[in-house]
Amino acid sequence: MVEWTDKERSTVSAIWEKIDIDVIGPEALARVLIVYPWTERYFGTFGDIFSATAVLGNAKVAAHGKVVLKALDSAVKNMDNIKATYADLSRLHYEKLSVDPDNFKLLADCITIAVACKLKSALNPQAQATWQKFLSVVVDAMSSQYF
Amino acid sequence: MVEWSDFERATIQDIFSKMEYEVVGPAALSRCLVVYPWTQRYFGNFGNLYNAAAIIANPLVAKHGTTILHGLDRAVKNMDDIKATYAELSVLHSEKLHVDPDNFKLLSDCLTIVVAAKLGKDFTGDVQAAFQKFLAVVVSSLGRQYH
Repeated sequence: MVEWTDKERSTVSAIWEKIDIDVIGPEALARVLIVYPWTERYFGTFGDIFSATAVLGNAKVAAHGKVVLKALDSAVKNMDNIKATYADLSRLHYEKLSVDPDNFKLLADCITIAVACKLKSALNPQAQATWQKFLSVVVDAMSSQYF
Repeated sequence: MVEWSDFERATIQDIFSKMEYEVVGPAALSRCLVVYPWTQRYFGNFGNLYNAAAIIANPLVAKHGTTILHGLDRAVKNMDDIKATYAELSVLHSEKLHVDPDNFKLLSDCLTIVVAAKLGKDFTGDVQAAFQKFLAVVVSSLGRQYH
């Protein structure tokens, strides 16, 4: 089981409180589609996502970005059992959505970058270490039902 | 050979022309040592690296961070032949320094986060894509001479 120090718990909560899901969610997903264009294949029903301008203006990308980031809330509130928290979501991404689990890491990286852009120096090295640890546990949990 | 669009070239030149080497270099290297602690093994003669505060305050870390960042200048000035530009440095890291090439990616990730935090909303998805592409070519070139 993942061990969290008190400092790590409070760091994750503090970062979570400072970010606006409705802004960071769309931004993180947009970054994934722009920086790693092969991920466009998962969003065939979203219309035009084939240029940065299109991605940034796409309402479905924005809406879905919010959905994805809201789902992180469960992990923030259940840090001691992230794996069980995401078991169903993992199965969904594997069996129904057929998402290559490598993409979870790409999204995690883009979330971190979006958070860094917003928090700037407040995301100091220790905070970055904790936040990345948190996201890597989430990524592992999302991959856990793949086989 | 790597193809660069005009936007990508301009973006890289722009970021580096405004770069504060003595701030960003140390910030990136110290983040690497804090977030990925196993990298400390390469800096046995740097003195106190026992905790984040010590790393961030360590003058040898700061000096080396600046050196590394200036090392990127050659790639910025030779974007059409980064592989040849770093051939010797790659040999050095493989044969003398024995650095696991996976670590180049870790440092480039930390550098991306520092630049993101500095540029804030100016670090758009397009800019992120160009910067990460540049760093990926650098990372690949540094690992090229390993055997």
